[in-house]
Amino acid sequence: MFPIEKYHFASSVEDAVQALAADEKAKIIAGGTDVLVRLHGGNSDYDRLVDINGLSELKEIRIDDKGTIYIGSLATFTEIMEHDVIKKHVPVIVESLATIGGPQVRNTGTMGGNICNGAVSADSACAALIHEFDLVIEGPTGERTESINGFHTGPGRTILQKGDLLKYFCIRKEYYQGFSASYYKYAMRGAMDIATIGCGAAVKMNSETIETLKLAFTVAAPTPIRCRNAEKAMENKTLSEETLQAMEKALEEDVKPRDSWRASKDFRLHLIRTLAKNVIRQAVENQGGTR
Amino acid sequence: MQTMNIKLNINTRKYEMDVDVRKSLMDLLRELGYTSVKHGCGVGECGACTVLVDDIPIDSCLYLAVWANNTAIRTTEGECRDGKLSTVQNAYVEEGAVQCGFCTPGLIMTSTSFLEKNKGKDLSHEEIRIGHAGNLCRCTGYQTIINAVESASKK
Repeated sequence: MFPIEKYHFASSVEDAVQALAADEKAKIIAGGTDVLVRLHGGNSDYDRLVDINGLSELKEIRIDDKGTIYIGSLATFTEIMEHDVIKKHVPVIVESLATIGGPQVRNTGTMGGNICNGAVSADSACAALIHEFDLVIEGPTGERTESINGFHTGPGRTILQKGDLLKYFCIRKEYYQGFSASYYKYAMRGAMDIATIGCGAAVKMNSETIETLKLAFTVAAPTPIRCRNAEKAMENKTLSEETLQAMEKALEEDVKPRDSWRASKDFRLHLIRTLAKNVIRQAVENQGGTR
Repeated sequence: MQTMNIKLNINTRKYEMDVDVRKSLMDLLRELGYTSVKHGCGVGECGACTVLVDDIPIDSCLYLAVWANNTAIRTTEGECRDGKLSTVQNAYVEEGAVQCGFCTPGLIMTSTSFLEKNKGKDLSHEEIRIGHAGNLCRCTGYQTIINAVESASKK
């Protein structure tokens, strides 16, 4: 039996927001692959739950006539990975989500949870950052849209306030059209593991020149991060050992890895440098450029 | 404690009951006698509690019983029909893919859904491994399990 003290099965988005706003300690439960693990360990921070699993409208994945892609916060990793719109327009999401846990975890876990729980190692975070996701949130005062840039504020922390419920992610056409992307998760095992470092890159090419680079990391700082200095260093450059070395130098300003039992700071820095180069090369190759 | 009324099918048998909202699907199934569902790690790492919910494999230890409302659950007990083993179960026997047997029911359910999803495909060992990454086995070293899945895929 999970040590749940209070449980509310939400009947609508409004009902969920009300229940969350009414109880300071209430937490949302979606796929449960994090919350139930914490409850199993007896963590009483999660013993007052608002269950959103009845809100089937939050499972929707679609594209509208302007080319904006919508991913419902309750869509499971597997549902997202197998959706034709995602496979066609933002394949790096498929690549990223495939690295999460194992099949059973991907069949229940949600991208909404992966982003909102504030995990520094969230495997969907790099894809969200390089494609500049918008997050549409329902709160006690109504609906608002926040950018993924700045959404994470610290380990396990986000800008979400009491009573907030993420409804869906939006990916605007300008942030995926013409881009090709790649993701690499470095972990100790091939599956069922947490990233030591995760790296995602998206590039827009003008023949052999990188017009725009978007580079993101997980576990390289206290939150998932975009690397603006490294991005700038590659802008309007062609891919070469020289330009990549300059990017690597600039990258040091962007990241702030730490020592932990999983890996030392030095090893993480080595991974960050190596992955940045490899993932940028792969993203360029995915667009038909020369590595 | 708080309960919710749920209706579900387990291996084609219909149930309706009030269930404690704190209960996992694994505990509910075991209490109802479906003891093929094993309590392994309890945190979604080992896959010994894998069952199919509407044909999708999930870790029933990390799944609230109330979420099973209006679904059809499949456990290893139900794969055996009229005393005859399923193709997957038979392949596990033929290939000797069972040693202590604790992980076997969960693996059978993962293999069953994996093969239903990839019907007619020529599967590589790598694809089979990735498809079974959520199930741990400490005895076999996995090779016999992969052989069993491969041989079942050709039947």
